[in-house]
Amino acid sequence: MTAPLLKVTDLKKAYGAIQAVGGVSFEVMPGEIFGVIGPNGSGKTTMFNSVLGQISPDAGAIELHGKNITGLSPLELSRRGVGRTFQTLQVFGKMTVRDNLIVAAQEHHGSMLSRMFAPSDSGLGAKADALIDQFRIRHVAGSLAGTLSYGQQKLVDIAMAFMAEPDLVLLDEPCAGVNPSLVGGISTLLKDLNRNPKFGKKASFVVIEHNMDFVMNLCHRIMVMVEGRVLAIGTPAEIRANKAVLEAYLGN
Amino acid sequence: MTPFKSKTSLVLIVLAALLMFVTPQFLKNYGIYLLTYWLIFIIATMGLNLTIGYAGQKSLGHAAFFGIGAYTVAILMKAGFSFWLGLPAAALICFVVGLILGFPALRVQAIYLAFATLGFNTAVWLVMRNEEWLTGGTFGINNIARPSLFGYSLEGNLPYYYFVLAVALGTSALLWGLLRSPWGKAFTALRDNPIRAESLGIDIRNYTLLSFAIGAAYAGVAGALFASLVQFIEPGPFAVSASIMMYLMVVVGGAGYFLGPIVGAAVGVVLPEWLRDVPGVANWYLPMFGAAVVLLMIWLPDGLLSIPDRLRAKREARDASLARTLAASKLGAKP
Repeated sequence: MTAPLLKVTDLKKAYGAIQAVGGVSFEVMPGEIFGVIGPNGSGKTTMFNSVLGQISPDAGAIELHGKNITGLSPLELSRRGVGRTFQTLQVFGKMTVRDNLIVAAQEHHGSMLSRMFAPSDSGLGAKADALIDQFRIRHVAGSLAGTLSYGQQKLVDIAMAFMAEPDLVLLDEPCAGVNPSLVGGISTLLKDLNRNPKFGKKASFVVIEHNMDFVMNLCHRIMVMVEGRVLAIGTPAEIRANKAVLEAYLGN
Repeated sequence: MTPFKSKTSLVLIVLAALLMFVTPQFLKNYGIYLLTYWLIFIIATMGLNLTIGYAGQKSLGHAAFFGIGAYTVAILMKAGFSFWLGLPAAALICFVVGLILGFPALRVQAIYLAFATLGFNTAVWLVMRNEEWLTGGTFGINNIARPSLFGYSLEGNLPYYYFVLAVALGTSALLWGLLRSPWGKAFTALRDNPIRAESLGIDIRNYTLLSFAIGAAYAGVAGALFASLVQFIEPGPFAVSASIMMYLMVVVGGAGYFLGPIVGAAVGVVLPEWLRDVPGVANWYLPMFGAAVVLLMIWLPDGLLSIPDRLRAKREARDASLARTLAASKLGAKP
């Protein structure tokens, strides 16, 4: 059996008296797309932000490639090959789409001093163009990201997370606010990025999403969270057949 | 910045440089002095534009660095050192102090950062005013000499002007290069969205500190040139009000526009002087200046250099709306 890429053990985080995440454990295998679902307030985003160094967990261990990464800052995690997107749009509005992609990877090579004398595109132009074509945003590549439609910005947002050739990408609701036809497009893109990686390295994904069809269709395994705990982990078919999951979603 | 804008900027810079080279030949002493004054404020506000306009750090302490630069040169020259030692010393000291002032920016942002930097400016100003043994207090330091370069004296207003012009061009070229390098993108990313920037591996701590330090070094160079221009310095020009004025120059010209400080410093330094000399306006120039700034902030909050962008955005919106109408009627929609 291969070693897990990401291993989270007994993660806990409380806000005052509220135990937002109360002992969550799971593993993500190399190349796997791992879905996380659960009702609002079930602790998905708190779990995410703990893994990503945005907040520090109260207890538990997080390992990447078998190395402890608990409590590392988002900066250090990025340099160790962890990419992410946010629940809300987070593009750099006053930069062009192409520059958004370039800036998403430029700090992963060389030192600050070497970057001072590096070419404007840090030698990442061809790579940015490849992603621009894959995401079909060529026609807006030169526009300021802030002037694009919501759906287009969402695509830029996702593409940025893949620029630095991450080993692991955590996507927080990639379909939120996106129209149904684009949801299909994003699903196809993510599958493609997972199966045929553009830059040679195969990435694993962790995806939080409320859109059930999207999750069931995209993910290899799914974890269901309720009230800060893990209710079930399994393949889409297993999750669909799980009575406890149905109850949690459809109410008592 | 899009390549188109960069190229236009470059052409404009060359044209402006030519104009700046020829114009003083036709001016009297006061005109030359005023142009030099303007150039010095361009250098200072270029640095502030990096801090505020590109990196998004709201600093209201820039005049303190301007003052530290001026006093560094004045004190060193009084102690018998050369201006050519004083100038780099001013830049270096300001860089280090700027780096230190950057640390509060890692904790607080926006208006809170503005107040923190304002407090710093007040503290520096008090040192200039109260530490007489060092700064001469309110009497200031006078008879600051102008330097000579390779045996050629820069004592006259015209030679000194050309010297300051050369420094202004050199420092602009340096900043231009820096902003074109990956650093420029990192600064903009830091301004637009620091949390996303950090998640992409951008060391926001280093870039924040450096945006302060480099901006401060520019103010230090400008201050050093200022001391030698006016040849007498006292705490007055380095008070908080001067910081606010420099901030205003950056905003009026267009924060985050490379050429913004040139326009902003013209509005802040040259325009009031010119208005003061227009007959009938003399008593009114300050209220008029104030009113003009209010109107500008209402209609052009992104500064004077945002006008071409606004026009282009309007044109694009019109074209897009026309295309939509055409597409809709093609699909059979009634107008």
